[in-house]
Formats: sequence, structure tokens, C-alpha cells
Amino acid sequence: MASLGELERAVMDLLWAGQEAATANKLRDLLAQDSAATDGIAGHQGKDLAVTTVLTVLSRLEKKGLVERERGTRPHRYQAVSSRADHTADLMHEALGSAPDREAVLARFIGSVSESEAATLRKLLGQD
Amino acid sequence: MFWTSYSLAVLALVLAWPVPVLLSRAEWPSRAPFMAMVLWQAIALAGGLSMIGAMLVYGLEPIGDNLLAGLRALAGMVLHNEPTTALGFWHLFALSAAALLSAHLVFTLLLTYVKIERQRRRHRELLALLASPSGDGSGTVVINHDSPVAYCLPGGARSVTVLSDGLMAALEPTELRAVLIHENAHLSQRHDLLLWAFAAWRQALPWFPTTRLAQVAVNSLIEMLADDVALRTESKGTLIKAIAIVASGSARPVDHLAPHGTSGQDTSPDASSLSGTGGADSPRTTASRVSRLLSPRPPLPAAQRALVLAASAMLLAVPTGLLIVPGLLG
Repeated sequence: MASLGELERAVMDLLWAGQEAATANKLRDLLAQDSAATDGIAGHQGKDLAVTTVLTVLSRLEKKGLVERERGTRPHRYQAVSSRADHTADLMHEALGSAPDREAVLARFIGSVSESEAATLRKLLGQD
Repeated sequence: MFWTSYSLAVLALVLAWPVPVLLSRAEWPSRAPFMAMVLWQAIALAGGLSMIGAMLVYGLEPIGDNLLAGLRALAGMVLHNEPTTALGFWHLFALSAAALLSAHLVFTLLLTYVKIERQRRRHRELLALLASPSGDGSGTVVINHDSPVAYCLPGGARSVTVLSDGLMAALEPTELRAVLIHENAHLSQRHDLLLWAFAAWRQALPWFPTTRLAQVAVNSLIEMLADDVALRTESKGTLIKAIAIVASGSARPVDHLAPHGTSGQDTSPDASSLSGTGGADSPRTTASRVSRLLSPRPPLPAAQRALVLAASAMLLAVPTGLLIVPGLLG
């Protein structure tokens, strides 16, 4: 079996790529297809993947606030809370220290740079 | 006891305002960043100690000749219901203030730790989903983003250095290596602990000039320390070029990737907020780093380093001495 971490990643990739909410069954099938497409060993694992495992992964992702569940339908359908690009942008805001109330968490190579400072640096590089 | 509390109060005042202002304007810290870091820590510790100590000693004055005797008498009052008539209103006020300030400092330190840990856990969770391992070695991941970004996420064995696609594209292999060495220096020298302590210090006493100045100085000093590690193996030119490329790229992210495009997209918010307040960093940090590399000044002579070290030791010894040595100042 693939680790839960890898499965979380694979499930999120599917949800980010898909346009609409998907059921756990649908996701299981897609995961099985995906791994069958990559190589033989992984394909074997994909077929073994149980829907309950996918549900476990989905509930972990839901707890992390990454996935939301449509409870109106049966079986429940799942979708990503926000897009991949939005999450990346959040991370970058944290990394650059520009998000509010997130100071000094990360040591970053370059912190904040003022526009005039950047101009000086560009001049220095001969890019101007 | 009166003179002890008076001296401690003066020391606390001096460490809260004039000393940090002078130190933050001094030129020598860039020539001896490690020593400057030691001094800032001594200033913060001695400042906190003398603030609390001054109030404690004043409050205990009527019931003990020194801190230990006073505390023992106070414990008697608290634990065994002995009469408190010896203590006037202002003594009780000072004692309560000392207790509150100590609790406030410890509580803020813990709260900041919890907050930072929560942010890191969240950040790590998202990285696990969004970033892919890089070929450059363990603990380095690459995230799909156009601006050149490099940072490290401390967390003991789970520490990770994050590079963006934009950075990988903009830098030559040697420059990339300089960036990686710089980031790994932050991790191996445990700069996260310094950032944590000084962030908490500022959070606890935001209206004191010393806490803001100390945080700005520490942010800048850790960059110098990490630069010095990178310079051991990489050339100065390489490091300067890497800094300049990353800095100019993160101020106007679209600029050197696509010439004069109408920006938009997810990179532009970074640019606008960066030129704004910019978190805990001094806006001068990058400039002072680069000018330090461009026109290097000789390291501080050994005698002066020793002087800084001695001053730091004195800063810690004086308030401690005033507090515990009985009858030092009558």
C-alpha cells in the first residue's frame, strides 16, 4: 500500500485537477487508473485500494481544512476547498512574511525589499 | 535595598531605550555579527531581569535585607497567613506588578511558541501536498511558483528548505548552491530559536524601543551570519549576484521572467505587499547585507571582540549580583 501521505497527495491532485465534486468511489477508480497507467507494481497497489482507505484519506484532508464534503447527496461528494494556486500563494505569502501576523516564522533568503532598494540591486546587476 | 532597586530601575531604563538605540546605529555589528548577537541577547535578558528585579526588591524592602530573605518572608505571609502589615500599598503594588510581568513574559514566550508551531505544522502539511523533492539533496523541496523564493522551515529532523521554480530558473548552479548553504546555515545554527525568542520579546513589550530594535537587528544579524557561512565555500560575487537576483525578482516578480508584461496573476499581491510594511524585516536589511559584501570592512579586532563579550557578561552579572548578593548596596 502507498502511505497515507502519498495518497493524500494523489487525492488532492485529482480534486485540484477535476472540475466538480467527486465521490469516494469515483476517486478510488481514478486512483486505480492513475497507478495502472504509471507502472505495473503501482497498478497492483491501485487495484487493492479500498474505498474505506480513500474515505480515511478524505476525512484526514477534511480535518486539515483542505477538502469539503457536500452532505446533501448520498454518497457524499468531496471537493477541494481552494485551488492549488491559492494554496501556493498562501504559502508564498507566509514565506515572504507579507501575510499579517506571521512574522519571524521562517528564515528566508531575502525578506522584504523596497522598490528603491530593488532598483539599486537591478542597477548593480546591470539589468536596470 | 532601596539603592538596589533604584540601580536596577536605572539599568532597566537604560537597557530599554538609549543602549538599544545606540547599538542599532552602531557600525561594528556588521563586522562581528556573532558578538553583536550575544550582546543583544544579554541586553534583552538583563533588561527583563532588572525590570522585574527592581519591582521585586522595592516591594520586599520592608521585610528582608536581601532578595532571598525577602522572598522567604513573603512566602511565610502567603503560605502561613502571617501578618502583612509590614507591606504598604506601593510595596504590594510593586510585588504584584513583578509577578504579573514575569507571568506575562513566560506566557507570551509559550504562546508565541505554540503559534509558531501551529503555523509551521500547517505550512508543512501544505508543502507535503504542493512541493516535490528536489534533486539537490534531502530536505530540499521545490514549489511551483514564478517568483524567485527561497526559505527554510525549521522543525528539527523535519526541517526543510524550500525553493521555487522561479528561483531555480533565475539562478546559475553556483548561485543556487550559495542560496542553499545560506539557508542550511539558518537551520544548523538554530536561528529559529533566536527569531522565536525575540519575536516573543517584542510581542510581550511592543511599546519598548528595545524590543523592536532588537528584533530588527536580530533579523539582520542572522542573515549576515548565514552569508558568512556561504562565503566559506562560495565566492563573494556569486553570493551578491544571487541576493541581487532574488531581491529584484521578489520586488517585481514578473519583471525578469517576462519583460514588461501586464502583471496580474498570483504573483502581483506579493509585490504590492512587499513594498509595503514588510513584516519584521528592516527595509535596510538587504541593502546592508549587500553593501557589507560589496565593501567589506575588516572583522572587529580581537581586543574589541573581547570587550563586547565582557560587556555582555557584565550586563548579565550586574543585575544578578544586585539581586542575590546580600547588602551589596546597603
